[in-house]
Amino acid sequence: MEMKNKTKSVQSFQGLILALQNYWASQGCVILQPFDTEVGAGTLHPATVLRSLGCKPWNVAYVQPSRRPADGRYGQNPNRLQHYYQFQVIMKPNPVNFQELYLGSLAAIGIDMDLHDIRFVEDDWENPTVGAWGLGWEVWCDGMEVSQYTYFQQVGGLELDIVSGELTYGLERLAMYVQGVDNVYDLVFTEENKINGTPKVLYGDIFHQNEVQQSAYNFEYADTYKILEKFKFAEEECMALLELDIPLPLPAYEHALKASHLFNLLDARGVVSPTQRQEYIKRVRNLTKACASSYLNKENNTKEKAWKN
Amino acid sequence: MAELFIEIFSEEIPARMQLKAGENFSTLMVSGLKKEGLLCENIIYHTGPRRLVFKADIPLKSPNTFEEKKGPRVNAPEKAIEGFLRGAGLAKLSSASIKTDKKKGDYYFTKIEKKGLSSDQIVPEILVSIMNNFPWPKSMKSGVSSFRWVRPLKGIICLIDGKLIDCTIDNIRTNRKTEGHRRHGKGLITVKNFSDYCQKIENEGYVMISHLDRKNKILSDAKSICEVNGLELIEDALLLDEVSGLVEWPNVILGHMDPLFLKLPPEVIKLSMRTHQKYFAVKDPSSGNLSPHFIVVSNQTAPDGGAEIAKGNSKVLSARLSDAKFFQKEDMKFNLEDNYAKLNSIVFHKKLGSVRDKSERVALLATSIAPYLDADLEIVKKAAKLAKCDLVTNMVIEFTSLQGQIGAMYYAAQGGNKDIVKAIEDQYKPQGPSDNVPKNPVAIALALADKIDTLLCFWGIEEKPTGSKDPYALRRAALGVVRIILENKLKLNISNILEMAVSSRVNADPCLPELDPSIIDSLLFFIIDRFKVHLRDNGLRQDLINAVLQLGVDDLLSASNRIKSLQSFLSTGEGINLLSVCKRSGNILKAEEKKAKLPYGDVDTLTHKRSVELLNALIQARKNIVLEMRNESYSMAMTALSNLREPIDLFFDEVKVNDENLDIRANNLRLLIMIRDTALEIADFDAITG
Repeated sequence: MEMKNKTKSVQSFQGLILALQNYWASQGCVILQPFDTEVGAGTLHPATVLRSLGCKPWNVAYVQPSRRPADGRYGQNPNRLQHYYQFQVIMKPNPVNFQELYLGSLAAIGIDMDLHDIRFVEDDWENPTVGAWGLGWEVWCDGMEVSQYTYFQQVGGLELDIVSGELTYGLERLAMYVQGVDNVYDLVFTEENKINGTPKVLYGDIFHQNEVQQSAYNFEYADTYKILEKFKFAEEECMALLELDIPLPLPAYEHALKASHLFNLLDARGVVSPTQRQEYIKRVRNLTKACASSYLNKENNTKEKAWKN
Repeated sequence: MAELFIEIFSEEIPARMQLKAGENFSTLMVSGLKKEGLLCENIIYHTGPRRLVFKADIPLKSPNTFEEKKGPRVNAPEKAIEGFLRGAGLAKLSSASIKTDKKKGDYYFTKIEKKGLSSDQIVPEILVSIMNNFPWPKSMKSGVSSFRWVRPLKGIICLIDGKLIDCTIDNIRTNRKTEGHRRHGKGLITVKNFSDYCQKIENEGYVMISHLDRKNKILSDAKSICEVNGLELIEDALLLDEVSGLVEWPNVILGHMDPLFLKLPPEVIKLSMRTHQKYFAVKDPSSGNLSPHFIVVSNQTAPDGGAEIAKGNSKVLSARLSDAKFFQKEDMKFNLEDNYAKLNSIVFHKKLGSVRDKSERVALLATSIAPYLDADLEIVKKAAKLAKCDLVTNMVIEFTSLQGQIGAMYYAAQGGNKDIVKAIEDQYKPQGPSDNVPKNPVAIALALADKIDTLLCFWGIEEKPTGSKDPYALRRAALGVVRIILENKLKLNISNILEMAVSSRVNADPCLPELDPSIIDSLLFFIIDRFKVHLRDNGLRQDLINAVLQLGVDDLLSASNRIKSLQSFLSTGEGINLLSVCKRSGNILKAEEKKAKLPYGDVDTLTHKRSVELLNALIQARKNIVLEMRNESYSMAMTALSNLREPIDLFFDEVKVNDENLDIRANNLRLLIMIRDTALEIADFDAITG
């Protein structure tokens, strides 16, 4: 039970990101940057949804800012944010030692697994807006969920022939755990700058105002009429791009994501009744499903590495 | 005999599936081997988070079997006979036997011996077939393989008497190595046989393979830790089972929480601990109240004695309970009734309107039922209006299973009427066969109305339970209606209640489509069916249930009492004798009925003394029975019926029923009809089988 080479736990938010990036880079993952359209979760990045389709192997890790307008609390709740970060890993096909690799990542951020109790607790993941589901676990560290671990079985309504292993780390929560902090705004984002003596930068210094203002926008000022129009526009644009003689599933998918985010905004404004809710989710799902089919179609018809010429 | 030992090693199996999986694996293995002629003995199986373990003693070889091969007739052409000999592998005709068949003529036949197979040939085939078709509730593919298992499969050990049985499933080849506990285990473990495995997996692997052993350890450690600290564990069998499926090396730790959280309702604290965190709650033995502690079971021992683990878990619990406190504070800014308008926004069912619509129907029905329960109309109405108001509170949105309890708590806190508080709390009861039924009249009215309304609504849109599918728990609702009536000894006519429900439905919302009368019949039938199941589960005989219920039933309480009296009556010698004479007379009538129409009508001339005696006895008995039945003194009615035994016996002994004189015969038959009709006042004795 002795453990050699104990890693010192990472004591800043950016240190956490860097440690995870380095770790997964050393496992041969492509390190991507965030996707530039608003999404509700790291899974929605095309590097996950679209790349998990088809037969090509793919390993990737990236940070994804995620937006859930309804979770905004005007910067007053110590745990809830309408904008937060997820760290996402996809390995396709999932390697046989994916669990061990995952545990290695916890060691890499300095969690001492002799002292802390890590558990894989059943949690089957499902995202109805992208027609996706998989089996896996919530990973608990001393009773706290630190990651979501999933073996994708279906994406975009399509059964997968090659299964991807997906990991999602909720970065703020993980950082709070590692830093032993109770309020997200107290997280150390960047440690003190010894070159010019700038004091350490806290999460709140960077994001508190953003939470206050965005919450006001999400709950009070977002113009529901215009958003509804935008939703319709995104929906139409998505379908139009897929119906071209030579369909364009990549831009179409961006519009499906926009529609998804606009729906979340409408939901936060409280103008969506439960019945309508199901209806909107279905509309977004139809878009993502159509994008997935079109993407896969193109992928199957494109000659291997044709882009090189 | 040889020892067959199998370990299936995988990534973490969901706790709720483990026990069933172990049982299924064992059953499939044993029955698969049996089909091949290998009978298992000394079967042992174990399950845990990452493994299924099976061991049995099996024969080394399956027995030889004989297959009978039928040949041509003895006088068949030579070619046919030659073909038969070739096919059966016989050298000469004299090796075949001849079987006689009078109809078709004699023919040749022979027995072909099939040699038994060795168990190491049989086992891999069965193992592969079981694993390829294993009944997991949910299974998955992994990597590039199309093999499905509950989570990725990592290794298989299969040994017969220590010899490795070679087979490959999903690119995994059987071997004799396994892994122990993730952190405590000391590398791969190589095993010789089952006892070697048991010893090494525990001592080197730090894995307790037996679910029961883990369970016992957790329970006894938890109790003793509590005792040492002057506390008492609140036992929870379901949670214990679940937790035992989450750990390979259980380690029980006592955690602390901020005593300020004890201001929350105990149910909220317990639920938060149980469902979100899988902790056991702990109470103070002197006061019986929750104590600011919890028991967490970790999957490992830690060098600091678990201090960090306890601290971490306590922090997570605090965050959960802070949320609950926040919810409670927000909710209590309003009175419960303020939520009524918001019930519009919750869909009860897309074809059945909102929860508010439901509340209005339930209020009308509950007030119609109230007079039969001596419950105050205004109180019942108010209770029905408040009943669902907690569904829009933050607390119930977070802890759905506390619906009713939360509403009751808030209403009590705002100083509401005690009967209403009780009714809100008990409206969903009984939730299962072991849950209590409501006892307070206001609560009964509400609970009955809620369930009947739900049943009627779903019947109206043809959403009835089918087979194992009952998504709206309608069977439970109907059983609830039955139990509330029986256990409170309520004299309620179930058909009348359904009629009241129909009119409440129309009055609450005239726009709802009218219900076809067949729907109400079908619902009544369904409730009666649940009633029968309930009686049977309580040890009443199926044939007696049918014998009484065939006469029609509206009043469940009296029907149930009647069946009970009948069953105890028929367990006496007197009852058995009476049943046999009733049956005898019934059989005669049935036989005569086949020949000609029975001579219905009044008895006129009777000549034999015994016939006259029987007639008088019948007239008297019937009068008594009708009277006793009306008073619901069922055992008295049975006694009155059993008084007929002697005159019937004497009648059968001395009177010839099928007299040559047709007039006498007709009157005798009329007496038998009278016996049947008299018995029918109590039950249909023909339907009794025993």
